[in-house]
Amino acid sequence: MPVKRADKTPMPVREAGLRAHDFKEVNEGYCFSHAMFEAERCLRCQDPVCIEGCPVRVPIADFMHAIAAGDMPKAAEILRTANPLAAICGRVCPQEAQCEMQCHMTKRFGPVAIGHLERYVSDWEMQQPMSGEAATPWRDEKIAIVGSGPSGLVCAGELARMGYHVTVYEALHAPGGVLRYGIPEFRLPNSILDWEIASLERLGVEFVNNVIIGKTLTMEQLFGEMGYAAVFIGTGAGLPKFMGIPGESLNGVYSANEFLTRINLMQAFEFPRAETPLSVGKRVAVIGSGNTAMDAVRSALRLGAEKAMVVYRRSENEMTARIEEYHHAIEEGVEFHWLTNPIEVLGKDGWVTGLKCLRMELGEPDESGRARPVPIEGSEFIFPVDNVVLSIGTRPNPLLSRATPELKTHSWGGLLVDERQVETTVHRVYAGGDAVTGAATVILAAGAGKRAAEAIHADLSADRARAGRAAG
Amino acid sequence: MVKIVEKRQLTPITKLYRVKAPLIAKAARAGQFVIVRVREGGERIPLTITDYDRESGLLTIVVQEVGATTRRLGELGVGDEILDMVGPLGEAPDIPRGGHIVGIGGGYGSAALLCLMRELKNRGEQTTIIMGAREKALLILSDELNEVCDHVEICTDDGSAGFKGFVTERLQQMIDGGPPGRPDFVIAIGPMPMMRAVEKTTRAAGIATTASLDPLMIDGTGMCGGCRVTVGGEVRFACVDGPFFDAHEVDFDEAVSRSKMYVKQEHMAAACQRSAAGAA
Repeated sequence: MPVKRADKTPMPVREAGLRAHDFKEVNEGYCFSHAMFEAERCLRCQDPVCIEGCPVRVPIADFMHAIAAGDMPKAAEILRTANPLAAICGRVCPQEAQCEMQCHMTKRFGPVAIGHLERYVSDWEMQQPMSGEAATPWRDEKIAIVGSGPSGLVCAGELARMGYHVTVYEALHAPGGVLRYGIPEFRLPNSILDWEIASLERLGVEFVNNVIIGKTLTMEQLFGEMGYAAVFIGTGAGLPKFMGIPGESLNGVYSANEFLTRINLMQAFEFPRAETPLSVGKRVAVIGSGNTAMDAVRSALRLGAEKAMVVYRRSENEMTARIEEYHHAIEEGVEFHWLTNPIEVLGKDGWVTGLKCLRMELGEPDESGRARPVPIEGSEFIFPVDNVVLSIGTRPNPLLSRATPELKTHSWGGLLVDERQVETTVHRVYAGGDAVTGAATVILAAGAGKRAAEAIHADLSADRARAGRAAG
Repeated sequence: MVKIVEKRQLTPITKLYRVKAPLIAKAARAGQFVIVRVREGGERIPLTITDYDRESGLLTIVVQEVGATTRRLGELGVGDEILDMVGPLGEAPDIPRGGHIVGIGGGYGSAALLCLMRELKNRGEQTTIIMGAREKALLILSDELNEVCDHVEICTDDGSAGFKGFVTERLQQMIDGGPPGRPDFVIAIGPMPMMRAVEKTTRAAGIATTASLDPLMIDGTGMCGGCRVTVGGEVRFACVDGPFFDAHEVDFDEAVSRSKMYVKQEHMAAACQRSAAGAA
C-alpha cells in the first residue's frame, strides 16, 4: 500500500491500566521510523493549507519535507524559528481544530500527524548537546517581562535573540506559569519546560522568581530606578471562577487551579515527602469539560480516586478539551456525565458528601451559538462524592492592573491593547496571551509573545532613530 | 534566598527573625504578609510582616512553631537562608482616622500589631494594645509594643502578668468606660476563637472591628482560591482582598472549618518529621 494511502500513524502510549496510577508521560513519542513514515504521508500540496490553521503560521510543509529527507537539524530550525515552544505545542496544541483539520489527508485517511511530528523533531533537538557559547546581550536597552508563562517565555526569547537585556519576573518560586502549575507531568513533563528555560538562559535571559510586579516592585520602579525601556505583561488568566452555588466553601471543594497547583507545582502526589497536602477521596467530581477539567480528573485517578467523573451541563459535542485527552481519559476509566448541571454541593460537618445535579436537555442555540442546555423538570439527583473540583474557567488576574491604575482593562479583566494588539494603555508597556484575550491556548499566547517582541523592537528602534536625529 | 541576620527566641515555640529582604522591606506596608518556602519540596506558608526597615532592607517576621514548615523554619539560625520569600502580599487595612484605636493581639498575633500600631500612632491616633496569652512566659514583644502605642494592656489566663482573664473581658471593661477609654475602632489579630470572641463583644457594643484572617494559602496572588472566606455573604480571597476583613461580616464557622482541612495530613507530616529526626 502506498504510504500516502495509509492511516495516521498512532502515537505509542503507555498502557491505560498502568499509567492511570502514576504521573509519567502518557504519550511515548514516535520513533525514527514512525516519523519518517508519517512525514512521507504528507501530500506535498502545491498550496499547503495546513499553515492557515496554525496561529503562528509554522511552515508545516517545509518541516515535513525536512523530516522526510532525514534532515532533522533543518526541521528543528524551521520549527523553532516559527514556534519557540514547539516541544510544548507538539504536546498540548489542539491540532485537530487547527493545522490537522486543514490537512487534505483528513477526509479520507486521517490527517498527517503534524502535532506528533512537531513533538518528534523537538524531542530530537532536546537530545542534542546545546551548541556554541552562551549569548550575551549587545544592545543597551533592558526589557522586563512580567510572568514566565508561554507568552512571556516566547517574548523573552525573541528579544534576547535581537540582542536585548531581558529579565523575566515570576511571582511563584519556579518559572513556567501555567505550564508549570497547570499542565500535569503526564501530559507535559517538567523536564521539557526546564529545557526551554535553560535554552533561554543560554540566550542571556535572566529569570527572577519570587517577585510580583505590582506588589514587590511597581511598574514605576521598573521604568524609573531599574531603567527598563519596555515592559511586557504576560500575567495570564489565573483567577479561578466559582459557580456561586451553595456549598462551594466546604472542605473538599477545590478550584482546578488549586487542585492542579498542589499537584504540579507543589508535588502533593509525593506527600509527605513533599509537604503540601491534598485531600483526595474515593469519589471525585470535576465540573467542566476543558483541558483543565481533563487534567484534574485524570490527576484525581492517579491520586487514588476509585471513581473520577466529569460533570458537564452541555453535551459531548460542546466539550472544549483536546480530543486526545478525552480519549485518554476514557481509556483510563474516567466517567463522563453530559447534560448534567450541578446546583449544590452537599456536606456534613464541613466536608463534602455529595453533588446535587439536574439533568439537562439541549434547546435553541444560545449567544455562543451552541445549543443551550435547559433543565429537565423534576430530574434532580445526587452524586455521592468526596471531592468537587471546579474547572469552569479563569479570568485575568487583576493584581497588576489594580496596582497600576493607568493600565486599563475590559470589564471582564482583560488588558486593553492598541490596534496592533500589543501595546497597553501605558506607553512602552506591552501585553499578550491570556492577560489580553482571556483563557486561551499556549500557541495563541506564544504568537502574542512573538508579535509583542517584534513591536517592542520596532518601537525601541524608532525611539533610537529619533534620539539619534535629535543628537545629530 | 533570604539571609537571616538576627534570631531571637521569644517563647519556647516562638521565634523572631530579621532577614535581608530589601525589595520586600522597601514595598511593605503594615498589615501585609509574605509567603515563604523553607526547603525544596516544602510547603508555601503565609507569615505576617512584624516590622520592616526600608533603610537597612531588613524585614522582621515572627514564627510560631505549629506545623512541619514552621518547625523547620525554627531550626534555622543566623547566617542560614530561607529558600523562598515573596511579598509583600495582601492589602494594608483601611483604618478610619480619629478616635481611640484598640489593637488586640492574641498569642503570637501580637507581633503583627507592632508596625501597624506604630503607623497609627505616628498618624496621630490614640492607640491602645490589649495583648493576651495563657501565661506570662508566652507574652511576646511587650517592651517593643509599649513603645509603639499609648497604652499596653496585658491579659493572662492565669493572672501571672497583668489582668487575669481573657482579652475580651478587658475589652468589655473599656467599652463600659474603664481606662483607657471606650474604643472607636478595634483591630483583632490572633487565633480564630479569640477574633471571634472579640467580634461578638464589639458587635454588641456597635464598635467597628477588623480581623486579620490567616487561612491556608498557596500562591498568595489570587490564583488558587484556597484562601476563600465568606464575608457578608460574598466569597473573598484573603490573599488579595484581605487579610483584613470586617469582623462582623466574616463567616467564622466556615473559616474555622476550612482551617482544619488538613489536620490529618499535618499529624502525618509531624510524625514523619519526628521519625526522621529520630533516625538522624
